[in-house]
Amino acid sequence: MGIVGLGKMGLSHLSIFRAHPDVELVGVCDTSGYALDVLGKYTGVRTHKDLGAMAASESLDAVVIATPTHLHAPMVGTALEAGLHVFCEKPFTLAEEDGDRLVSLAAGRGLVTQVGYHNRFVAAFAELKRLLDLGALGGVTHVLAEAYGPVVLAPKGSTWRSRKSSGGGCLYDYAAHPIDLVQWYLGAPVSVSGSRLNTIFSSETDDEVVSTLMYPDDVTAQVSVNWSDESQRKMTTRISVWGTRGRAVADRQELQVYLRDTTAPPAGYRHGWNVRYTTELTEQPWFYLRGEEYSAQAAAFVERAGRGQTEGLNSFESAHATDRILAMIAADAAPPANAAGSAGAPGTVGVAGTSDATRTADVLLRDPADGRRSRRAAFVGGSRRGRLPWARRRSA
Amino acid sequence: MDRLLFGDNQFFGVNHMSEERARAQAMRFQDTSTIMGVLDAAYDEGVTTFMCTTHDRVAEICEAVRQDRDRYAGMEFFPCMPYAHKYANAMTEEGPIGALRRFLPDEGFLNAALRGGKSLASKDIEGLTTLLVDAEMTMFRGLRTPVVFLQNVVVDLLLGLGFDAAFRIFADHVRSRYAAEPGFITMNLPMLLDALDRVGVVDPVVCSNINKIGFRMPGGIDAYQEALRTRPFRAVAMSVFASGAIPADEAIEWVCAQPNIESIVFGASSRAHIASTKALVDRCWAAVTP
Repeated sequence: MGIVGLGKMGLSHLSIFRAHPDVELVGVCDTSGYALDVLGKYTGVRTHKDLGAMAASESLDAVVIATPTHLHAPMVGTALEAGLHVFCEKPFTLAEEDGDRLVSLAAGRGLVTQVGYHNRFVAAFAELKRLLDLGALGGVTHVLAEAYGPVVLAPKGSTWRSRKSSGGGCLYDYAAHPIDLVQWYLGAPVSVSGSRLNTIFSSETDDEVVSTLMYPDDVTAQVSVNWSDESQRKMTTRISVWGTRGRAVADRQELQVYLRDTTAPPAGYRHGWNVRYTTELTEQPWFYLRGEEYSAQAAAFVERAGRGQTEGLNSFESAHATDRILAMIAADAAPPANAAGSAGAPGTVGVAGTSDATRTADVLLRDPADGRRSRRAAFVGGSRRGRLPWARRRSA
Repeated sequence: MDRLLFGDNQFFGVNHMSEERARAQAMRFQDTSTIMGVLDAAYDEGVTTFMCTTHDRVAEICEAVRQDRDRYAGMEFFPCMPYAHKYANAMTEEGPIGALRRFLPDEGFLNAALRGGKSLASKDIEGLTTLLVDAEMTMFRGLRTPVVFLQNVVVDLLLGLGFDAAFRIFADHVRSRYAAEPGFITMNLPMLLDALDRVGVVDPVVCSNINKIGFRMPGGIDAYQEALRTRPFRAVAMSVFASGAIPADEAIEWVCAQPNIESIVFGASSRAHIASTKALVDRCWAAVTP
């Protein structure tokens, strides 16, 4: 196995996969000579300047692609062309056509694919999926998908995560997690509406994402995500589900389920409140770094790659479906092209004729003394904040 | 090491079972004076070692202890470094070099900067590691720190990478510069002991989850018990209650019955809880000590 990209996630994957008893980790590649030299010198792993060179000189079965997001498509393409099973970090790709092409390429070659949506390997989220599939909550009427955490807390940023062209920003790099869970639970929405990509600190990308995913029969999923929230010690992802026979709230640690007395509780559950802890639902991994879910997703990929089993959790196809939702939200949040630079109220993507008439009112209702607005004003040279610069900035 | 060490998770919003509980704790301990109240209670109950991260707020605690040396004459700190979120946040805001500069020790700033620059230029991790350790230790100046721990997020990352040499660099530096015992916190005890053996870190202090239900003990409870029986190391048990999954009596009785455990680290927010845990540990350990 080889690892491509030695950033935060690449190093973490290198550590976890290398510790796996069935993996021989033979090579790593990165553009940073420094990272390669240090790893080569101290750990003995063989280092390469690029994926092509590594694939040519090592006997590889599989690779992990953990580069900045905009490089996923070319790297994954190279790996699949070389006949390698691929684990790719999330999100999968930034362009629909890239996703389509890579999904077919992998399918055509019978290669195993997986994308790093590790939350699906968190036992509490997986248990919620099981309950929904059993129909334990009845018909789902509404989902609230939230994630908050302290990632961008200053108007600086020198890494790819602060660059929109590289796939940075809260939508693609953070909101992708809860949105992928919604896609797992409910499938693809018919349309999205009321999307906003707000900036708080970042100059180029979004720091806050809100959107409503619309499903048939007036079922909705609201997305509320903010990565400039230091009131959270670390990333907190929470999914709340309301159904006709109960409700459930899941986060990384626990699943709380309320079952109405009109439902037949699944084995081990009762009417009223039930609490399941991730710790009691989780199998012991062979190696622990940052959380059982990271080990579990690695183990799943290794097992599937070993057997050549293309079906499984977080395939390219599944992650591609999540990418489509991200693109719908981005399009819904962007002002129409003919209104660029004007008040430009975003419309609804996917369904014609629904405009968001409350946009202006929402903005005007914001308290002018709001600290966030003051800070934002400072970033654009101290101009008085009005409706116009806000809209321009948001669409930048 | 004392039999019972006082941990700090409860002060900084860390709870392995519930995010709601974690937030409630973070609110309760917003003011350092509230933390000092609990530390005072622990101290007065005879739990005088504070095993703590290098969180910014710990610097305030250190200052409070330095200000009242008579009150805290017997107090010892076991620093656990680094406080990873602090580094992660600084890297996001200022990039790697900016973050490095922020954590440089203020003593001999220029000297430290040169050591850092040289270590980067020569691609030698040793200088950089020792530099960062020194930076983290600044807040404990003038206080007793007989054991200095490397946090599990770093230990286990290095362990998986096969970066064994770093453990030796850390151990040598802690021994020579601070006359302290190097400690390692890990979620992967059996695997780490092998790595420490390979680089000749002898009789290390190793802190890991050790509890009756095998909660977060990768490799399995049998492998952990085997390590306790046969491997030469100084074991510190954490998560002995498995985040509340095991009743206190049952948890402590089991841990005290395991061979070669030198200390237990625990967290508590009230004097009554500290006192009851202390009494329980004293009783259980007396029962198994010849």
